Amino acid sequence: MTAMLNVRDLRAYYGQVQALHGMAFDLSEGSMTTLLGANGAGKTTTLRAICNMVRSTGTIEFEGAPLIGRPTESIVRLGIAHVPQGRGTFTTMTVEENLQLGAITRTDRAGVVSDIERMYDHFPVLKDRYTQQAGTLSGGEQQMLAVARALMLRPRLMLLDEPSFGLAPLIVRDLFKILGKINREDKVTILVVEQNAQLALELADKAYVIETGRIVMSGSASEIANNEDVRKSYLGY
Amino acid sequence: MELFTNQVLAGISTGAIYACMALAVVMIYQAIDHLNFAQGEMAMFSTFISWQLMQWGVPYWGAFVLTLVLSFIGGIAIERLLFKPLAKAPILTNVAGFIALYSIVNSVAGLIWDFTIKQYPTPFGSYPFLGSQLISTHQAGMIGVTILLLIGLFFFFRFTRMGLAMRAAASLPESARLVGINTSWMIALGWGMAAAIGSIAGMMIAPVVFLEPNMMLGVLIYGFAAAVLGGLTSPLGAVIGGFLVGIMENLAGTYIPGAGNELKLPIALALIIVVLVVKPAGLLGRPIVKRV
Ligand SMILES: Nc1ncnc2c1ncn2[C@@H]1O[C@H](COP(=O)(O)OP(=O)(O)OP(=O)(O)O)[C@@H](O)[C@H]1O
Ligand SMILES: [Mg+2]
Repeated sequence: MTAMLNVRDLRAYYGQVQALHGMAFDLSEGSMTTLLGANGAGKTTTLRAICNMVRSTGTIEFEGAPLIGRPTESIVRLGIAHVPQGRGTFTTMTVEENLQLGAITRTDRAGVVSDIERMYDHFPVLKDRYTQQAGTLSGGEQQMLAVARALMLRPRLMLLDEPSFGLAPLIVRDLFKILGKINREDKVTILVVEQNAQLALELADKAYVIETGRIVMSGSASEIANNEDVRKSYLGY
Repeated sequence: MELFTNQVLAGISTGAIYACMALAVVMIYQAIDHLNFAQGEMAMFSTFISWQLMQWGVPYWGAFVLTLVLSFIGGIAIERLLFKPLAKAPILTNVAGFIALYSIVNSVAGLIWDFTIKQYPTPFGSYPFLGSQLISTHQAGMIGVTILLLIGLFFFFRFTRMGLAMRAAASLPESARLVGINTSWMIALGWGMAAAIGSIAGMMIAPVVFLEPNMMLGVLIYGFAAAVLGGLTSPLGAVIGGFLVGIMENLAGTYIPGAGNELKLPIALALIIVVLVVKPAGLLGRPIVKRV
């Protein structure tokens, strides 16, 4: 498999504070990869750096195109969807408008209409609430809306920052099932940051472990899941 | 009773103009979180352009449409050249920018067209509307044009992709960029639309206040009042605020003893302050929560 995203020597800064200290990793096309790490390790920052939402240096290449210095909206237009931590829901707009916004760069109207229906199949609660203001949805419903909105782009690469945050355990299973399906059937490459490390490792092909802005371990998801240190720190057994 | 109806209708017709100005102010406020003090001067300048076009022989509605287009382009140009570079600057720098724009536009207009008062035509005539003494055809025309504009804007923001993108960019710029919206251009577009809306207000009020470089000063103060009253975050609120301010202004001038023309502005503003004490975000505004 060829690498879809290459990251080399990535450093990111919040003002004077350096949050990433030379990260390097690859995402191969069609894979699902998970980033693990303690709170404050730099997982969110890594995803933000890919979309140029934090000042960074180094190289990030998406299918050969350099991303560093490219405006966020133009990175998105290359086919990279980002579900940010905190969801980024347009709370004053309706559920349906949020989905339409996810597809705002697309010009195939018929495709957009049928994709909205597809999202309602994946997430039936959204269908029941499609004229409701998104801000009035429950936290879990907003999380589903955020994932659905990202999918409306028909992305080639999807970045998810703690998609299970605030969801009930059963719903989390459902959500990951859907993500797995999207990964396999729609061939969307996925990079997911997840507190629920066990579940993420079950589904992912590959995993990276981050500590204070550096990658300290990498391998196939099953290798990482069987690593003693990882089990103690992230899986709790 | 007839006096009352008369004053309310007159209030609605000037209120329509305040509504337009308020809408223009809200549009820019939504996009960049600043009040455009120069909105009135921009509208005045547009009105002069339309006047000049008519002097050159362009018929009224031709000049009207051409002015709309030129104002739209001018608004975008002002944003690109002056306020885009100031986007990350502190508030006071931006305020200075608006004041500079105000005085530049005002003096340039004076320089080109001088400060003498000019007659400005109305396409609606000034006869009793439908034979009634209550309202003139020009007043009815002002209300009609404003209502058409509001309906057009409503459809634009509710049912077009561009309108949806503009709303998204104004409400959550970061999320908007994450769905691929070029928020910087949405701001420029907001300026263009605000300038065009302001030009309509200027061209409609010019037959009433006459054309001169300071014609919009009072109108803009009422427009600000309307925007604040309705809620700076709500376009619908701004429109309702505009009509309310127009009506209050006229009723205060007529019914409060000794108010007359001199005191109706302070009285109307005092009423608005009372409303804001009770409801700080304005009638329809969202409480302003700043992200950190
Ligand atoms: N806006 C900011 N300004 C300054 N420092 C920041 C900012 N955002 C993050 N940081 C710092 O950067 C480091 C990495 O933060 P990041 O949000 O990437 O962590 P994370 O791995 O996503 O953590 P969590 O699991 O809690 O979401 C932390 O030390 C954090 O304090
Ligand atoms: Mg995080």
